[in-house]
Amino acid sequence: MEVGLGQYLTVAAILFVIGVFGIFMNRKNIITILMSVELILLAVNINFVAFSAFLNDLAGQVFALFVLTVAAAEAAIGLAILVVFFRNRGSIAVDDVNTMKG
Amino acid sequence: MLGLQAFFFYIFAFIAVGAAMMVVFSKNPVHSVLFLILTFVASAGLFLLAGAEFLAMILIVVYVGAVAILFLFVVMMLDLDIGQLKRRAVQYAPFGAIIAVLLLAQLIIAGSGTLADPTLAIATALPMSEVGGGSNIEQLGNVLYTRYILYFQLAGLILFVAMIGAIVLTLRHKEKVRRQSIPDQVARNPATAIEIKKVESGRGI
Repeated sequence: MEVGLGQYLTVAAILFVIGVFGIFMNRKNIITILMSVELILLAVNINFVAFSAFLNDLAGQVFALFVLTVAAAEAAIGLAILVVFFRNRGSIAVDDVNTMKG
Repeated sequence: MLGLQAFFFYIFAFIAVGAAMMVVFSKNPVHSVLFLILTFVASAGLFLLAGAEFLAMILIVVYVGAVAILFLFVVMMLDLDIGQLKRRAVQYAPFGAIIAVLLLAQLIIAGSGTLADPTLAIATALPMSEVGGGSNIEQLGNVLYTRYILYFQLAGLILFVAMIGAIVLTLRHKEKVRRQSIPDQVARNPATAIEIKKVESGRGI
């Protein structure tokens, strides 16, 4: 039983769905939401690498590298915003993000 | 009988999926971060098995070494009320489960439809056989610094902007701390710095 493209895509799909589910499940906890976003981006990266490996196409790995870059930048900015928000409000509950009354 | 590669693939896959579940279901954010690290390590193993050695190492260095530790720092710095998070967590779970099942079904249907598509294998943008160099990292370097140099520098710019943004957001000056002011020091001259007073004897200033 060899490992094919289908197996990789299945793992990536499961990780992606867990990430999406995590966003709904922990809607109150913004840190877990950020971690779920990281899971989703990781699933996307697994897809890129799997297609890159099985189609012998290097462009997938290059793009996965850029996805990784953007994910790192997003995590840094998101956590910085989180820290500032916690300083101002003393809580990170999503319900408390209502200052703008939008 | 599983081959060695398949054996390790399934080990890493199950660890990744199980740890990802624990990230979502764990009540304590610190445990979530630790399981996130485990997910990243297992995914790095999957990348290794797929032949993407450089990305596997980058995943370890960037995600495990930087992003996850950043999460850990922030989680531990913020004084979170875990009990409060616990109580309100399960409210949206049924709705999320429905969305998750629908999404998984969609992904399976879409995946099983396109995998057999023969045009997929023809339309490669950058075939590995055309890129010089032997190892994976050599090949990546060959295209990253030539064909994708603009995107590479753009990625650097994005990281730079993120770094500046994070610093600007979190930096705060405390009012009470006395700081050195370089412009004030440079602007001093004898006329403003020294005040000469005539002191009459026996009286003081």
